[in-house]
Amino acid sequence: MDERDVVRTEEMLLNVGPQHPSTHGVFRLIVKISGETILDAEPVIGYLHRGTEKLAENLQYTQIIPYTDRLDYLAAMLNNYALCHTVEQALGVEIPERAEYLRVIVMELQRIASHLLFIGAYLMDLGAMGPFLYAFQERERIVQMFNEICGARLTYNYMRIGGVRWDAPPGWLDQVREFIPYMRERLKMYDDLITGNEIFLNRVRGVGKYDTETALAYGLSGINLRCTGLEWDLRRKKPYSIYDRFDFEIPVGKNGDCFDRYYLHLLEMRESLKIVEQAIEQIPSGPVLGKVPKLIRVPAGEYYSGIEGARGEIGFYIVSDGKDKPYRLKIRKPSFVNLQLLPELLRGESMSNLLAILGAVDIVLGEVDA
Amino acid sequence: MWQWQTQPLTWSTFLAMLIGTVVILLLALGVVTYGILAERKVLGWMQGRIGPNRVGPFGLLQTVADVLKLFIKEDVVPAAADRPLFLLAPVLAFVPAFMALAVIPFSMQHIFTAGIGTGLLYYLALSALTIHGVMLGGWASNNKYSLIGGMRSAAQMLSYEVPLGLSLVGVALLAGSLNLNDVVRAQQHLGLWFIIPQFLGFCVFIVAATAELNRTPFDLPEAESELVAGYHTEYSGFRWAFFMLTEYVYLFAMAGLTATLFLGGWSGPWLPGWLWFALKAAAFFFFQFWLRNTMPRIRADQLMTLCWKVLLPLGLVNLVLTAVLKAVLLKG
Repeated sequence: MDERDVVRTEEMLLNVGPQHPSTHGVFRLIVKISGETILDAEPVIGYLHRGTEKLAENLQYTQIIPYTDRLDYLAAMLNNYALCHTVEQALGVEIPERAEYLRVIVMELQRIASHLLFIGAYLMDLGAMGPFLYAFQERERIVQMFNEICGARLTYNYMRIGGVRWDAPPGWLDQVREFIPYMRERLKMYDDLITGNEIFLNRVRGVGKYDTETALAYGLSGINLRCTGLEWDLRRKKPYSIYDRFDFEIPVGKNGDCFDRYYLHLLEMRESLKIVEQAIEQIPSGPVLGKVPKLIRVPAGEYYSGIEGARGEIGFYIVSDGKDKPYRLKIRKPSFVNLQLLPELLRGESMSNLLAILGAVDIVLGEVDA
Repeated sequence: MWQWQTQPLTWSTFLAMLIGTVVILLLALGVVTYGILAERKVLGWMQGRIGPNRVGPFGLLQTVADVLKLFIKEDVVPAAADRPLFLLAPVLAFVPAFMALAVIPFSMQHIFTAGIGTGLLYYLALSALTIHGVMLGGWASNNKYSLIGGMRSAAQMLSYEVPLGLSLVGVALLAGSLNLNDVVRAQQHLGLWFIIPQFLGFCVFIVAATAELNRTPFDLPEAESELVAGYHTEYSGFRWAFFMLTEYVYLFAMAGLTATLFLGGWSGPWLPGWLWFALKAAAFFFFQFWLRNTMPRIRADQLMTLCWKVLLPLGLVNLVLTAVLKAVLLKG
């Protein structure tokens, strides 16, 4: 085939990533395009694969916790909790009240931090530079607070089976209390600046639409499911921890398009703030780590529990043969599951919608590849 | 002052022209250097950052350092690239950009710039030439992203040339001349900046100009998040710098054009003419930086819709209104 034939060919294979500015890490997408229309898209994953599930088989349960930090590195607290929660369910240990409250506070703050980053990065994908750096300012405050409570900014390793590792340092709860009105103010600003931007609305409204049936068929969860109008939030549907004590709403979308997915992130931050506010008011004093044996042996059997992560249902499935290490650990990774729908969504779309759709699916490659 | 343009071509007038050209080149480079620094500073402040502050006092030498770095970088030409075209493209893009500066009247007297009678047409023609450089660059790189970027660029710049031209016709009609200096004089004579009687034209112009400059929200040709860097993805070192320079020289030229056509150019009380001109051009610069920080990118198909279905009719309406205005109010 000489060069002329290549030029005349109408279909073109475009390799997006793994070294591409907007694939959020090392995600590769092979797109077959004809002109500007996407005929087919094939995600290639695994560039960040570290074999977390296999590694866990040789680790004691407490030792697995730092590995969960590195799954969805934007929501490490939630991953921490998901693992601890599963093991606690298996052991049937009792968690001290204060620990539960601290967990809820950090988890909801984590959700806010993660959603903020989503909004910043999404707008960055769409070409707006400002919101990303704005979002980082608020996220920085949350990360600073996490740093004070557990000594790390990103990979916290904060939760333990039976509670949390550290109690809140003096003044920490006041910091969180002060953060809430500040964050509310900023959320209002985001709503004005982003939701009120005509160009942004034109790019996301009606783009990447799917219905509840499709979402359920692909096993989507989190905002990717709720944007279609189904009210499915594990905090409400299968209450874990102490979520049944708080008053909050589950925002749902209507159209299942990229705009809904964006807007739900914004609304969920508001609800998270509500939960944090109530938790701060109710928090009792007391110990933060329950009575747990030094060497944790999960009784033989199979255990699963999932929680509402920042990106959907994150769950740990533990098969134990009664030893101090899991026989097999399987992680339900929401990013990984949500990503399955991507080729379906992209087919037939215009090339310029590619990033609007990919961005709204909201994947974190650390979690997809595990 | 110097009437060297109307003199017959002798050695001394040739020398004067040469000096004039070099001065304008240096001026353009200076404006670009500090334009880039100002952009980074302004963006930084808008985003709650400090901006460059390490090289020189207040970071004043940052761009100089960046340019020096580009000088010493390896000049990479991809193996599969169309070599002659690849090497030629940045020059093709840059030369018309610099030539377009020749008609911008920086002050009342044409000290260093040409006062040709068809200044507006000359500017439009040259800015259209740059597209060739951009498209060739995208084509010759033999890279899919570059190609898409180059093609988008060509489509965008060509389309927006139309409403841009239309919005300029209104000004020309009002001023009764295509000479840019006469346009300023007409505004002085009228005692009113053309932004007021030509407000619709100004709106069309500013949108089309932003699109011509490939700046946010019309920065599709180099949409970082989609096309890596668009048509200059494969360029490095000084060839890349040439493309960047082209863009910023056009920003400068467009700022000059905006100031001249709609904001009264060098005319203004108390201050010297060049300072008025500089202030007005700076306002345009700031406006562009501001847009860059706030706006997301428009989608390719919406870009074309905006051009052909919104700007073009508006431009035509403006043209008719201007003609009526001129016939009824100014003459009658």
